[in-house]
Amino acid sequence: MADPIEPQSPDALHLEDALHREGADSSRATGTATVKRGLAEMLRGGVIMDVVDSTQAKIAEDAGAVAVMALERVPSDIRRDGGIARMSDPAMIEAIQAAVTIPVMAKCRIGHFAEAQVLESLGVDFIDESEVLTPADEAYHVDKWSFTAPFVCGATNLGEALRRISEGAALIRSKGEAGTGNIVEAVRHLRSILGDIRRITVSDDEELYGWAKDLRAPIDLVQEVAELGELPVPLFCAGGIATPADASLVMQLGAQSVFVGSGIFKSDDPASRAKAIVEATTHYVDPAIVAKVSRGLGDAMRGIQLAPSDTHLADRGW
Amino acid sequence: MKVGVLALQGAFREHREVLDALGCEAIEVRLPEQLASVDALFLPGGESTTIGKLLDSSGLRLPLRARIADGLPTFATCAGLIVLASEVLDGRPDQEPLALLDVSVRRNGYGRQVASFEAPLQVEGLAGAPFPGVFIRAPLIERAGPGVDVLAGHDGAPVLIRQGRIWAASFHPELSGDLRLHQRFLQQEVAA
Repeated sequence: MADPIEPQSPDALHLEDALHREGADSSRATGTATVKRGLAEMLRGGVIMDVVDSTQAKIAEDAGAVAVMALERVPSDIRRDGGIARMSDPAMIEAIQAAVTIPVMAKCRIGHFAEAQVLESLGVDFIDESEVLTPADEAYHVDKWSFTAPFVCGATNLGEALRRISEGAALIRSKGEAGTGNIVEAVRHLRSILGDIRRITVSDDEELYGWAKDLRAPIDLVQEVAELGELPVPLFCAGGIATPADASLVMQLGAQSVFVGSGIFKSDDPASRAKAIVEATTHYVDPAIVAKVSRGLGDAMRGIQLAPSDTHLADRGW
Repeated sequence: MKVGVLALQGAFREHREVLDALGCEAIEVRLPEQLASVDALFLPGGESTTIGKLLDSSGLRLPLRARIADGLPTFATCAGLIVLASEVLDGRPDQEPLALLDVSVRRNGYGRQVASFEAPLQVEGLAGAPFPGVFIRAPLIERAGPGVDVLAGHDGAPVLIRQGRIWAASFHPELSGDLRLHQRFLQQEVAA
């Protein structure tokens, strides 16, 4: 224990006194980096599930999801249908907000700050500036500092992650390859981000300038990563998680929570699979528990193996 | 002295980091056998519905309730406060709190994330600068029973309370960078 602080007064104040104490400050600072990143911390060790309506949202909440992502089509359907993927209908987002008590996230297109403004006005708890939707700007992402709502952004490597953080992202997720049910891309992205962080922590001061140049990232963030040994915001995994063991894998690699998109509601038994992935994410270090929850879940989403000529959503973002 | 941090879901790592900084031996609690070995417990923020479900699936609900009822010094923050409350308003119908703390709390009583805020708090008996209060989709304490001491309030509602050896905050001392409340709790409820 550190040094003792001042002695405790024997009588704690009761309600009336506490509420009328002089000097009690009723000012409130909203939208600060601390409260934005703080919500990301609260989601740690949890599962965020893609849902397309309030029925799915309730199934997700029943299964123990820490948040839901409201969108009109899950990524595997966006991939199948083609066309332009945009922000969801506000009425659909509001229906999901009314159906659940957990945080509700929604996606805007990369660079589409007007969609982000609409989502903020709806009271969305986290805005995902997402490569799963069709990008609106080929050069710039949204200036996320100018919003009260926090943003999550995808990244395939450390430079991309730091650029998004420099723009105000409060949470980074691997992009993976949404809608494929194939974990390989998410693993590649996590290994790239976390491997470079490990290398940066053993670099000297001169080398950090080289890292900033190579990563195309601000030097102050590179220096902060070197000091912390991790990103200054939480790192979650998204893109291709379909089984409890997938969740355990990415958590052991160093992700702090998981997003599951098509993997739940494109499987045989969404409610059971959702609950199993929640338990595997909590007990990811305990293979006996991961085995127990993996039994008898029925078929996972079928999944697809992308060819080099197929559309890679992860290539979107700059 | 061994201090446990319930690590089913949420901001458990931040509590561990504060405890490490204070020189305590801290362990993460996910299973009943881990709970059995601790001398004090922190219940972190997170999603109270998720934590409630994981209390059941991990077999922790009954042993946790029994140990806290038996006088285990416990500091609950945000979702942890909801888990201990005797009444939860605006929760899920199946949300069954442990009813160890005689308060009524309203989930997200301060609003959605866009209303999350920071505010300085005057804490009873804490000298020096105000304590930095970080409120994130915070629960609102709407009623506190006669056996509950209020250690801090904000805008007309209690935000830090104590009942027996249970302390509970609707805000997040573990995110504030200020160690004083963790230190004070441990000195008063455990070291004594």
